[in-house]
Amino acid sequence: MLVAALGVLSGLLLPALPAQASSSPTPSASSSAAAGDSSAIRATATCAQTDTTACVAGTLRDADTNPVRGATVTLAAGGTPVATKTSAEGTFSFTVTAAGRYTLSLDESTLPEGLTPGNGTERTITARLGALSPAGFALEGAQQGGETDPEATPQGDTSAFGRFWNQVSLGLLLGLLLALGAIGLSLVYGTTGLSNFAHAEQVTLGGFLGYVFAVQLGVPFVLAGVIVIVLCALTGTVQDRLIWQPLRRRGLGLTQLMVVTIGLQLALQYVYQFIFGGGVRPVSRTIQANTGPLNITPNAYIAMAISVVVLIGVGLLLQRTRIGRATRAVADNRPLAAASGIDVDRIIRLVWTIAAGLAGLAGLLYALVYGGIAWNTGAELLLLLFPAVTLGGFGTAFGALVGSLVIGLVTQLSSLVLTAQLRYASALLILIVVLIFRPQGILGRRSRVG
Amino acid sequence: MDFLATLFTDFGAQILSTVTAAFAIAAIGLNLHFGYTGLLNIGQAGFMLLGAYGFAITIRFGGPFWLGVLVAIVAAVIFALILGLPTLKLRGYYLAIVTIAAAEILRIVGGNQSLGPVTGGVAGIGNQVYSPAFTALSPFPQDGSFSLGPYTYPLTVGDSWYLRIVSWIVLALVAVLVLLLMRSPWGRTIRGIREDEDAVRSLGKNVYLYKMQALILGGVIGALGGMLFVLGTSVQPDSLGRSTTFLLYTIVLLGGAATVFGPVLGAVLYFMVIIGLQDVVGQFVPPEIMSQQQVPQFGYIVVGIGLMLLVIFRPQGILGNKKELSFGD
Repeated sequence: MLVAALGVLSGLLLPALPAQASSSPTPSASSSAAAGDSSAIRATATCAQTDTTACVAGTLRDADTNPVRGATVTLAAGGTPVATKTSAEGTFSFTVTAAGRYTLSLDESTLPEGLTPGNGTERTITARLGALSPAGFALEGAQQGGETDPEATPQGDTSAFGRFWNQVSLGLLLGLLLALGAIGLSLVYGTTGLSNFAHAEQVTLGGFLGYVFAVQLGVPFVLAGVIVIVLCALTGTVQDRLIWQPLRRRGLGLTQLMVVTIGLQLALQYVYQFIFGGGVRPVSRTIQANTGPLNITPNAYIAMAISVVVLIGVGLLLQRTRIGRATRAVADNRPLAAASGIDVDRIIRLVWTIAAGLAGLAGLLYALVYGGIAWNTGAELLLLLFPAVTLGGFGTAFGALVGSLVIGLVTQLSSLVLTAQLRYASALLILIVVLIFRPQGILGRRSRVG
Repeated sequence: MDFLATLFTDFGAQILSTVTAAFAIAAIGLNLHFGYTGLLNIGQAGFMLLGAYGFAITIRFGGPFWLGVLVAIVAAVIFALILGLPTLKLRGYYLAIVTIAAAEILRIVGGNQSLGPVTGGVAGIGNQVYSPAFTALSPFPQDGSFSLGPYTYPLTVGDSWYLRIVSWIVLALVAVLVLLLMRSPWGRTIRGIREDEDAVRSLGKNVYLYKMQALILGGVIGALGGMLFVLGTSVQPDSLGRSTTFLLYTIVLLGGAATVFGPVLGAVLYFMVIIGLQDVVGQFVPPEIMSQQQVPQFGYIVVGIGLMLLVIFRPQGILGNKKELSFGD
């Protein structure tokens, strides 16, 4: 069904792909020497890579993913460095005529007030002819709308309403992506009673597999997406077969199982760091400008559309099909479901498969929209997924959707008044308040609470 | 042979170190929650961080050493109350989610740049800010160093014998305290709560109150561990995050939950494994396969898988008793 949803949308996807890239360089295997002649570097407004030129380009964004304009970025390869300023969309781009290694540096003093480089101000970029090398810097902090340079207005407006609307659209986007992850988390809890701390690592897996297929292997994005989702779903199946089903048969308690998922989370997170390093890995290489009524990139609209279609699909699956009814029966009362002839193990395996596939899709779309995936993305998202699922009511699929949208909106809107780093804290605070006043969540049932 | 000599020297150095003692102390606190009372606290690193902040910030603003310790303890008590009041009446995993959330809030807020003048933001608070208040109390001369076999450390300043001795004394005191408590009626009651809450309630005990006391006491012990940890290093919010809590769980489960010396044994063994990994990788594994920077990452992978295997195959750990398991539902 996921595959079908992607297939339907593929016509829509193709013209807009690939997406923005605001991430660290790809670790290209070719270890060519530093590119010589610096006269080969030109700062260009847009980048057109041909067979004889290569592009080094990226987008500077702050922690709210708003573009940073007017910052000086310098590219050098031994000789005279070439500098450029980021555009109103936060983009910068250089065209170079020699392949090899370049040093990209960011002038910290030209950053708007309140922003600091999160991870150094120098990058080594490997350019290949005929290819675009994405580059970027992680920035910490958010720009204060009023304090930025007044002469060049960024896209949209910086009025109070404009900023509010901007955050609403970012919130909807984040909420829909979270919902893809949260529904799986909630379904697994509903059918097995397990709070899976490793669920968000499945999200990271989707992003990294997207990077491997779409960027490293150069598979067309839509095909890569289908491969990634199928692989992710398979990890769910295999995981249930190899780990969770045997453990259920051994009669491990739920607390024990939860500690097992904690161990798995820790291991997976560092496996990702071990393999992919500490940087942000993109799943796509082109830069897009914000557009449309929500003032987000075209890819973000597509990601939202895919999320909505898939979420409706899961809803229909649960409500209208035999399998969906069986799933709800298992969630309701496992012994009774088994007694009425439902193959509980098969249903649970299906739930794991769907949950992992949805999480993979979430990771892929997350990486597409937010410029890439990092080893700790999932671990950070978990801090939003648990509040989302708890808020909606653990074990209810529709609740997970509602909770995700609320959490997405709250985290993004809270950065209107709080600094961006604190938005996760606001989501967690909601979690605690919900647990105090309505531990079963908005849509949960009282009986689920002990 | 040289390699083995280095390996065992490194083992010794690591076992003596403050970090081992600090983690053992924090693990004893967690063991009080998880092992003895059956509370699923996944925010023990938050207690450590709070202790570290309370102590370092008090001294940063001119407070004396003992006031810093007091502030750290009071902060941990308040944190435990905030966590416990809403959740200790609910099912176990609510406490789990709230503790992990609260610990993460602490870490995120502490690392927030706007609090820079107080917490130092992501960079944290350097050791030099608060350790003079500690070294001033040293009974040893301020200068000079001392060698014991292959180990040479300064007497008082920095990574010193003084800090090591204090850490291990605190660890011994905490262990004895837990030993005595567990032999007391109070200890029997909280273990009873772990086994069967309703049975203890029917005996007229206020289960909620006992759980709260255990949460507070374990949290304060965690804060002490956090203080000692940062005396040896520096206060950095990101060094006391979720991974630290998971590490403490591994330590407790490795040594044996619900035993007094399990956490200590677990901490020593854990750090021996990490040092062993580092030495073996440095010696035998070519850097193309695993570089030195990747060793800590590999260490965490080992911890994660180790935690899974322990819970599945030997939940009682090395010293534990299979009958005394907190893994009820």
